[in-house]
Amino acid sequence: MDIELSPDDEAFRQEVRAFIRAHLPPELARRGREGYHSHPDAVRRWTRILNAQGWAAFHWPKQHGGVDWSPLQRHLFDIELRAAGAPLLQQTGFELVGPVLYTFGTEAQQARYLPAIRNADEFWCQGFSEPNSGSDLASLKTRAVRDGDVYVVNGQKTWTSEGHKAQMMFALVRTDAEAKPQAGISFLLIDMASPGVTVRPIYTLDEGLSVNEVFFDEVRVPAENLVGEENRGWSYAKFLLTNERAMSAETPHTRADLEQLRDLAARELRHGRPILDDPLFAAKLARFEVDLMALEAAVLRVLHMAEDDPALTSVASVLKLRGAELRQRVADLAVEALGDIGLAVYPDEGAPRVDPATPKPPAPDHAAGWLAKATFRRATTIYGGANEIQRNIIAKAVLGL
Amino acid sequence: MMQFQLTPEQAALKDSVARFVQREYGFEHRTALLRSAEGFSRAHWTAFAELGWLGAGLSEDKGGYGGGTVENALILEELARGLVLEPILACAVGALQLLAALPPSETVEALIAQIVGGETIAVLAHGEVDDRLAARAEPSPEGWRLRGGKRFVLSGAAADLFLVTATTPDGAIGVFSVARGAPGLTITDYRAVDGRRVCDLAFEDLLLPADARLSSDSDASPAVETALDHLTIGLCAEALGAMDTALWLTRDYLKTRKQFGVTLNTFQALQHRMADMLVETELARSMLLYGVAALSEPDALKRAKAVSAAKAQIGEAGYFVCADAIQLHGGIGVTEEYAVGHFYKRLVLVRNLLGHTDEHLARFARLSRGGNERTLG
Repeated sequence: MDIELSPDDEAFRQEVRAFIRAHLPPELARRGREGYHSHPDAVRRWTRILNAQGWAAFHWPKQHGGVDWSPLQRHLFDIELRAAGAPLLQQTGFELVGPVLYTFGTEAQQARYLPAIRNADEFWCQGFSEPNSGSDLASLKTRAVRDGDVYVVNGQKTWTSEGHKAQMMFALVRTDAEAKPQAGISFLLIDMASPGVTVRPIYTLDEGLSVNEVFFDEVRVPAENLVGEENRGWSYAKFLLTNERAMSAETPHTRADLEQLRDLAARELRHGRPILDDPLFAAKLARFEVDLMALEAAVLRVLHMAEDDPALTSVASVLKLRGAELRQRVADLAVEALGDIGLAVYPDEGAPRVDPATPKPPAPDHAAGWLAKATFRRATTIYGGANEIQRNIIAKAVLGL
Repeated sequence: MMQFQLTPEQAALKDSVARFVQREYGFEHRTALLRSAEGFSRAHWTAFAELGWLGAGLSEDKGGYGGGTVENALILEELARGLVLEPILACAVGALQLLAALPPSETVEALIAQIVGGETIAVLAHGEVDDRLAARAEPSPEGWRLRGGKRFVLSGAAADLFLVTATTPDGAIGVFSVARGAPGLTITDYRAVDGRRVCDLAFEDLLLPADARLSSDSDASPAVETALDHLTIGLCAEALGAMDTALWLTRDYLKTRKQFGVTLNTFQALQHRMADMLVETELARSMLLYGVAALSEPDALKRAKAVSAAKAQIGEAGYFVCADAIQLHGGIGVTEEYAVGHFYKRLVLVRNLLGHTDEHLARFARLSRGGNERTLG
C-alpha cells in the first residue's frame, strides 16, 4: 500500500531497502520469488547476514537482541523483505517460541535458545496438533510424566511444520490428566535428537514436504526445559497463537504475490493480447488488490493498538480469516492466468518430493511455483486455527453470542 | 433432446464401470500407477477395449458399438470416481470424435478400428502457446512438412499416435497423423496437476506422407471444434464423478471425526456447508444432462453456447465442492496420502483446461448477442 509515511519512516524504508538490495544474494531472491519453501541452508545464510547487522530478530525487544523499531517500521521491513523475495526467516523461532521465551522463560533458557534463533544455529518446530486434537487442541493426549529431574514423554504430534529440519520442538504436553483439559497442559522444549523421537514425513498436495508426524516413545526431557509453570502451558500457547493469528494475514506476502501476478499477466498472452488487458481478468485482479488494501489497513490498525485493546482479538481473527482466503484466491488466479501450462507440476529441485522422478516441464520461469502454491494453500484456511474456529472466536468472544 | 432416464443397456454399462472402479481401482492401486513409469496400466487399457468401453460412445456406422454422448459421459463420470489415469478422455473421446467427424476414408476407418480395439492410443494435439494455431503444414516432395509445436497434450505421454492440427498453405486447418518415433518429432513428457501425463511436441523438418493428412482436402475446423466440444463435456462428466465422490467421502468423514467430544456432523455450520455442496452437485448433474444433449445439436453455434454454459457452471461447482471437501476434512485433506485432495486436483484441471470459466462465459455472452465466432477468447 502506498501509505503516506513520515520523513523518518520514509528514510527508514529507503535504508532497509538499500540494505536488502546490497546484501541479498540474487540466487536466494529468485527462489523466494518462485514461492517454494526455502532450503535450510538458504534461510541460515540470509538469517546470518541479517543477524550480523543486528536485524534478524526485528520483532523482538532490544534487550533480547531485537531492534528498537516502531511496530510500523517492523512491518515496513517485513514488506521490503517479501518484495525482494528474501528467504522467509523461521517463523517458529522468531515469531512463535522466541516471544514465549523472552516473556515467560528463565534467564538460562533465554541465554541458551535466543542467540541460536537469531543466528539460525537452531531451527524450531511446533508440537501442538495431534491426530485427534486439531481444532479441539485442548484435548491433546501426549503425556509428560515427571521422573526425578526429567519428564518422560509419550505420544504423537502431527502437522509438524518443518519438523524434518528442526533441532528443537516446543510442545504442549499433558502433565495432569485429572485436571480440566486446559488446566493440565505444560509447555515443554524437546531436543529432536533425543532417543525415542521419530519423525515421519507427510507429503502435501503440492507433492512437497513441509509437515510431519512426530512420535515420542519414552523420550526423556530435562525438567529445566519446562517453560514457566507446570500446567500453565495453555496460557502461554494462547499468547503464542494470538501472535500467530496476527501474522497469519501475510499481507506483505500477498502484496508480493500480486506484483508477480500482474507481471505474469502482462507477459502471458491469450489470443494475441496480454491477459492483463482482458477486462474480466483486470476486474478480478482489482478486486483482490482492494481486498488486500483493506487487510493492510487492518494490519496497520493492529500495529497502532495498545496490547490490551479489546478490539485486538476480533481484528486478529479477521486478519486470519480473510488473509488466508485471499492467499488462496490469488494463487488460483495465477494458475488461471497461466492457462494450460499453469496445470503442469514443477518439481522443486533439490527438495524432498513424494515422487522424485517428476520431470521439469518446458515452460517459462514465471510459471514455476504457482500450482504448488495454489494446492498447498488449501491449508492456509486450516492451520493456525481453521476459519471455522476464527468464526467461533468472533461469534463467542467478540459478539457474545 | 435431454435424456432423463438411462436405457437398460446404459444402466448396465454404468454399473459395470462402477464395479470396475470399486474392485480394481482402489486408492493405493491408483497411487502405485501414479508412481509407475508410464503412469497408467496397459492391462486396464486392454480390459477397457475388451469390455467395449473405448467404442461405446460411437455409432455403429462410424465403427463403434452404437452408443453416443450419453455412454461417453457415464463412463467418464464413473471412472472419475476412482480418478482413473488411463487416457480414455483424450483417446476414446477426443481422438475418436475427431476421427468420426472427419471425411470418411479407409485410413480414418482403420484408425478408428485400431483405437476401439485398444491397439493404438491416439490423442488430439491441438493446443499451443497463446491458444493460437501456429503449427504449419507445407507440401513437400514426400507429402507434407510440419513446423511448429504443440503444448500440454493431455495423455500425450501415453500416445502412440498424435492427431496434430496445423494450418495448410490454403489457410485451411488440416489434421495430420504423426506416429511416436517419427523423425523430426520431439516429445517432452511432464505431469498435469491431476497426475495424468501430458507432453509438448516440437516438429523440426517432420516429413509426412501425403495420406498423413486425415482431413483430405477439406478444412477440418468443424471437426476439431466438435472434438473440443466433446472433450469439454467429457471434462464436465469427470467433474461430476469427482465432486459427487468427494461430497459423500466428506459426509462419511464428518460422521466419524470427533472434536470437542462429538462427531463433526453435529455442528450446524458444517451441515450447512455440506448442504451447499450438495446444491452445487445437483445443479452440476442437471447441467451435465444439458451439455450432453447439446453435443447432438446440429447447429454448431447453439452447441458451442451450451457447451460453454456447462463448462462454466460445472467447473466452478466442482471446484467449490472439492475445495470445501478439503476444508471440512481439515489437515488430512491437504495430504497426498488421503483421497479427497486428489479429487480437488482433478477439479483444478477441469476448471482451467480447454478454457477457464471466464473464457466460457465470454463466449456464451458473445454467442448470446448473435456472434458467430466459436473459438474461445
